[in-house]
Amino acid sequence: MVVISDIIVQGVQMLLVLLLAPLLTGYVRKIKARLLRRQGASLFQPYRDLLRLMRKEVVLADNASWLFRVTPYITFAAIWVAAALVPTFATGLLFNWTADLIAIVALLGSARFFLALAGMDVGTSFGGIGSSREVMIAALAEPAMLLIVFCLALVAGSTQLSTVSHFLASSYVGLRVSLGMALVALFMVAIAENARIPVDNPATHLELTMVHEAMILEYSGRHLAMIELGAFLKLLLYVSLIACVFFPWQIALYGSGALSYTIGAGAYIVKLALAGFLLALFETATAKMRVFRVPQFLGAALMLGLLGTLLLFVSRSF
Amino acid sequence: MISAVALQMVCIAGLLGLAVLAIALSRSKVATTVIYGATLAVSAIALISAARSLLGGAGATALVLPVGLPWLGAHFRLDSLASFFLIVINLGGASASLYGLGYGHHDPAPHRVLPFFPAFLAGMNLVVLADDAFSYLLCWEFMSLASWALVMAHHREAGNARAGYVYLVMASFGTLALLLAFGLLAGPAGDYGFAAIRAAQHTPSSATLVLILMLLGAGSKAGLVPLHVWLPLAHPAAPSHVSALMSGVMTKVAVYGFIRVMFDLLGQPSWPAGAIVLFLGSITAVMGILYALMEKDLKRLLAYSTIENIGIVFVSLGLAMAFQANGLKAAAALAFTAALFHALNHSFFKSLLFFGAGAVLNATGERNMDKLGGLIHRMPFTSFAVLVGCVAISALPPFNGFVSEWLIFQAVLLSPELPQWALKIMVPAVGAMLALAAALAAACFVKAYGVTFLGRPRDAAAAGAHEVDRFSLAAMFILAALCLLAGILPGLAIDALAPVATQMLGSRMPAQAGQPWLSIVPIAESRSSYNGLLVMAFITATASLAVYVIHRLASHALRRGPAWGCGFSDATPAAQYSSVSFAQPIRRVFGTLVFHARDHVTMPPPGDLRPARLRIELHDPVWSTIYAPIADTVGFLSARLNRLQFLTIRRYLSLVFATLVTLLLVLAIWS
Repeated sequence: MVVISDIIVQGVQMLLVLLLAPLLTGYVRKIKARLLRRQGASLFQPYRDLLRLMRKEVVLADNASWLFRVTPYITFAAIWVAAALVPTFATGLLFNWTADLIAIVALLGSARFFLALAGMDVGTSFGGIGSSREVMIAALAEPAMLLIVFCLALVAGSTQLSTVSHFLASSYVGLRVSLGMALVALFMVAIAENARIPVDNPATHLELTMVHEAMILEYSGRHLAMIELGAFLKLLLYVSLIACVFFPWQIALYGSGALSYTIGAGAYIVKLALAGFLLALFETATAKMRVFRVPQFLGAALMLGLLGTLLLFVSRSF
Repeated sequence: MISAVALQMVCIAGLLGLAVLAIALSRSKVATTVIYGATLAVSAIALISAARSLLGGAGATALVLPVGLPWLGAHFRLDSLASFFLIVINLGGASASLYGLGYGHHDPAPHRVLPFFPAFLAGMNLVVLADDAFSYLLCWEFMSLASWALVMAHHREAGNARAGYVYLVMASFGTLALLLAFGLLAGPAGDYGFAAIRAAQHTPSSATLVLILMLLGAGSKAGLVPLHVWLPLAHPAAPSHVSALMSGVMTKVAVYGFIRVMFDLLGQPSWPAGAIVLFLGSITAVMGILYALMEKDLKRLLAYSTIENIGIVFVSLGLAMAFQANGLKAAAALAFTAALFHALNHSFFKSLLFFGAGAVLNATGERNMDKLGGLIHRMPFTSFAVLVGCVAISALPPFNGFVSEWLIFQAVLLSPELPQWALKIMVPAVGAMLALAAALAAACFVKAYGVTFLGRPRDAAAAGAHEVDRFSLAAMFILAALCLLAGILPGLAIDALAPVATQMLGSRMPAQAGQPWLSIVPIAESRSSYNGLLVMAFITATASLAVYVIHRLASHALRRGPAWGCGFSDATPAAQYSSVSFAQPIRRVFGTLVFHARDHVTMPPPGDLRPARLRIELHDPVWSTIYAPIADTVGFLSARLNRLQFLTIRRYLSLVFATLVTLLLVLAIWS
């Protein structure tokens, strides 16, 4: 029975992230539009976009290879698996021991690797410019991410997300400068990884400023739908990650009753809404930076992670 | 039933016999098939025997041959550490022989390769088995010379003579350092047997000197920065299956030498030694991959990437030394196992990638990536196997490179237990360097694969490429399968490495065989765990589900059309991103710092029809700060000494007289 309920919780979680992801993106877009005093599209526009893309035919470039055609599915699968391993409303999911936080980051790396390759497949300059910039940003974001993981592992004694979340939710950790720094660093990494302003602009198609959009310029139809859904999922993943690690309030601990699962789910929705609002606010308030300012931005994240780790050492020894 | 070590020695004798046979057959047409086929068979026997002695848990077996120093004889011994490295060597040897069965037929001068190929393998096997300093050094030199001969196989090609020269100089320097290291280890009594060295007490000062000498000797063979300069010249100069052996296997023999001396012969390591190795390893990892990113020659890129992976292995060994010095047995076993596992994994994917580069070279005659492109259409099987290798080397799940790097990160995360502040502060920074190296490796292999195999052909040779022969493909696919297997069933490899860790450190990682669902748990399940099999299964299941749902519900319509060029679709293939332009953002971010990289653009004035030119200026910091001054000094001194050639007989005689008097004086004052 325990196994069945575990599978149900895991399955609900996987479907939940899949279904919620477009809504979160739609919500962020709506808030941004409202902040600019525009009406904005409906909250459900991303779902409609996905359906529209799926109904359309795929236009493939003449020399696109099999790699170009399988990449959307591989990236989608890798991101979905990674998203399914991040606790959303409950800890202690059935398969959380399959991969820890480092493996989740690496799964996202796999998705990016294939997407960058697909950008090079057709042989246009746009794909190349997107891919080369994407890997440059990743090369800076990954060390910063590792230092954040380091910081968390020092506090919680684990890299297992469920354990970290459980630890931070159930024991008194208090306010820590290091965790604050890790939070800021993780926020910066999340901005870069999700191609948001100020690192990249998800709404632009002006080729000289775009990174992610340039890479997937050749995609259309159902392939583009898969990639878009993957991008929605990735945004949700990072928001869930920040929520479950830094704001684990009301997250349902493993083995608690149905009521706490319901409360956990409610709290999760509230957290998503809050995070989406803050993201939209931040994006509206900042301007996109030049590509070669990005290293400074991510270098700051790296230094914050390192400082946080070192501060933990110092605070532990006294 | 002969003992395991005797069987290995028989295999080595067989390899040496094959080398002689190859000389005899040198002009024969069947030589290639006979030699590679026989080498494959012998390597396979040696591989199975080594695997049996590692997994069977049999104790060490020794053998003394009445050759070598008269009072010492030649000692050979097969223990679990040697067995593990014999597996690496013979697996590499067997796959390279299989590859050679097809690839060797395209060699313009097979008689320059065939005798040295089995001899090189024999040399590497002998180094690992040697149990006294004399045989070790002799076999080490034999291995170096055999590989030098293979580097010089195509000596008329541009740059190869220089590569051979630099390799020879660096190899001699490395052996000199090893010679001094073993001299120190043998002590005043001069007992060169490893058993005697192991039993002797070593003072801290001599241990430090041995560490430095081993870093110079083994490090120069392995490719530690700044001793790596020969490696990107020599490895690519050899035929591709030999490049695979040199990069994938010979660097591991150097790692073996380092482990043998630092963990086995010297006994307990000290923590500053660990810190030095950690520092050098992390610098090597990052520098190696940055060099690789700047490279546009496919084989040189792979050679530089070898330097990166050696850096990762040394970081892990440094961690093991630091943990061991502080008595943190479990953590030391984790770091040590991770180092060996990464060495094994690197031998898989680096051999695979060099085979792929050889296939490309064979099909197009081109190593410059900026003249390739679009090979995925013309070489579908090769490109698939190489893709697996690229994903594996980029440390991406569910392949093997990720697992070993994940284990190293787990060891890095245990660093707060270390009592020394220097290490506490250093290890997180090293961890960040490792993550940087891993991310840059992914960038590097997106570049290598994207420019070589994807896009449109940039040259007629690339457009007319054809798939390679079955033997080459078989070798590549076997290695690709091993990359996947080691990635999804890492627990088996970790358990197999347990006897090595037990022998070297007196502790081992917890047994992984009993873990549910074949996951791996380095310390405790509450701390961290990873299950490659489930990750693989999940990705396959979700991808299949996505494909199924899409194909049931979504439109099937598909149309081919020209690529979208934003209104200017007629661009030539030269307008694609090349390896140089792909690396531009990274060159700008890291290259300006490390290589003083500068891009010079020469733009003709409006109305002038000449093309614009982009020139990239890179300075190798290692050459300009270390090697160039040394070469200048040597040149300066030899120019001065040159005068001695043109003296009269009278002056020569007076010079001889003066020398004699000086020496006698020195002797008189000395005693």
